[in-house]
Amino acid sequence: MGILEINNVNKRFGGLQALGDVNLSVEEGTVHAIIGPNGAGKSTLLNCLIGKLLPDTGTVTFEGRSILGLKPHQINQLGISRVFQTPEIFSTLSVFENVMIACFAKRDGSFQLNPLTSIRGERDIHDKVEQMLLDVNMADKRNAIAASMSRGDKRRLEMAMCLVQDPKLLLLDEPTAGMARADTNNTIELLKEIEEKRGITMVIIEHDMHVVFSLANKITVLAQGTPIVEDVPSKIKGNLKVQEAYLGGAHE
Amino acid sequence: MFGLDKADTRTFLFVIAITLLAPFILNPFPTDSALAQFNGGYPDLMQRFMIFGIFAVGFNILFGLTGYLSFGHAAFLGVGSYAAVWMFKLLSFNIIPAIALSILVTGLFSLAIGYICLRRSGIYFSILTLAFAQMSFAMAYSVLSNPSFNLTNGETGLQVYASDPQYLKGSGPDITHLFGLEMNATKTLEVGAWAFQFNTGFYVCAFFMIVAFYIAMRIFRSPFGLMLRAIKTNQTRLNYTGLNSRPYTLAAFVISGMYAGLAGGLLAAMDPLAGAERMQWTASGEVVLMTILGGAGTLIGPLLGAGFIKYFENIFSKINDNVLHTWFSLMPESIENFLVTIIHPFVGKGWHLTLGLMFMLIVIFLPGGLVDGGTRIWNKITGRNRTSPDVVASPKPAE
Repeated sequence: MGILEINNVNKRFGGLQALGDVNLSVEEGTVHAIIGPNGAGKSTLLNCLIGKLLPDTGTVTFEGRSILGLKPHQINQLGISRVFQTPEIFSTLSVFENVMIACFAKRDGSFQLNPLTSIRGERDIHDKVEQMLLDVNMADKRNAIAASMSRGDKRRLEMAMCLVQDPKLLLLDEPTAGMARADTNNTIELLKEIEEKRGITMVIIEHDMHVVFSLANKITVLAQGTPIVEDVPSKIKGNLKVQEAYLGGAHE
Repeated sequence: MFGLDKADTRTFLFVIAITLLAPFILNPFPTDSALAQFNGGYPDLMQRFMIFGIFAVGFNILFGLTGYLSFGHAAFLGVGSYAAVWMFKLLSFNIIPAIALSILVTGLFSLAIGYICLRRSGIYFSILTLAFAQMSFAMAYSVLSNPSFNLTNGETGLQVYASDPQYLKGSGPDITHLFGLEMNATKTLEVGAWAFQFNTGFYVCAFFMIVAFYIAMRIFRSPFGLMLRAIKTNQTRLNYTGLNSRPYTLAAFVISGMYAGLAGGLLAAMDPLAGAERMQWTASGEVVLMTILGGAGTLIGPLLGAGFIKYFENIFSKINDNVLHTWFSLMPESIENFLVTIIHPFVGKGWHLTLGLMFMLIVIFLPGGLVDGGTRIWNKITGRNRTSPDVVASPKPAE
């Protein structure tokens, strides 16, 4: 029984079967990549996991409890954090404030009415944020306004906001999309470090094979809304079904 | 001091000093001089500076901090006034129960309206609030004023009559008072050619304004305020960070509604009369102008904006053609007439024109409002490059 269990999930948009009988089990402590050609249903699947879409049938359970129908903030409170394709950060606030918000959300829950407490008095939150910024090598940028940073730094900040909440499961939606090679490598390094040091379970949706094969312990290949292969990386490369899916059945 | 950091304490003390010394600062010209009409230091106007300062500071919590533009805040101002006048009618002219009820009633009223309007954001939220305010106006103007149920006294406006019960009045004064201190009591201090007026009502309003400003400062510097700024920036990220934005926006809406209620209650406390026109959409638009003019999202901006607009409204509107003729009387008659004709549309009843032009200039050239302008000038003088002290800086590194 994995930490995240997806059973018989179906999703239909009008005449299009976006997801058909998806069964997937993510083991605790692994990095599980979901790959597939464009239109395979990767994003739809992810959106079903984070409360943005509701599957037509099937169940999704996290640590044995169903998360279908929960709102995004409730899912996050259970310990699932999400990294977006385009970094979603608080762009007008400083790096420090960005991470601090995540910290407060973890400590105080989804709503806390404390208009008269002073932020300056929250020593433990400050320490935690400082430590986090050191961990992701952003301590020198603590006062930078988030919008002014490079794509790679924004990704790093978004990651820091997720990590500071000590998530049990990290969902990454194409974490290196649109990045320069150097930034991509930095991100891979960062993710490797997270895996080694923190042992957080990760689900990565990715196009870039370099990223997938550097990180994943297990790969699921989606084609036309259905998982066709699930295996360790070394066996995926030579798999005929996978080549077929990516090359559009060229051997016919 | 007061749980604020150094820069904030300085801002706070500055606001207190300016407020308490307002009777001097606003009366720079001798009473008999030609410029005396530019003096703003008379009780009625000074009270308005404070009251609309409170209104704008509260509005800024919703608009400047949270990013929700309400076009219906005057409804809360009006409800606050009606609540206060009812307390005068039923209990006594003491302003404390009146103001307490104003804040309470507007709190509940804004909770109901906010609950519905905050289902939408952006322009749809603005339109919803506008619709609610216009409905409130229509209700106050006609629906809630009929012989069997007269809550607002319609066109005439709600006021206190001799036949009203005033159960707790006893031998108290026949005029609004704070435990016997009458609101319109004014002491005049004559210094040479100057006359400075110290009015009880003004200092009562100033007290409430300072408290309101202090609370707003604390909100700006609290985790709650940080979340409000996060909502303005990126609601998607906020939700995926585990925070529920709805209760936060609703709390901000109710708080700013209560500020408006306090302002409305004070308006009634200074002059025990409440009319429906206080809830008109033009009044809602005015507080939007005040906040943007002063600098939305800054602490002190809304106060400046409120002062600026109220000064214009009361001083520029008093300049008529006769005044203009006396100004230019030294010039040849043809030039005098020409100048008067040119300036005429911009003063007197045309003060809105001047205000509109200034508003356009500020929005185009100083998007951050008067505070932005002040900061730029300050940077020019000191040669430094720093952002406004109001823009919340991130905290210092932990020692």
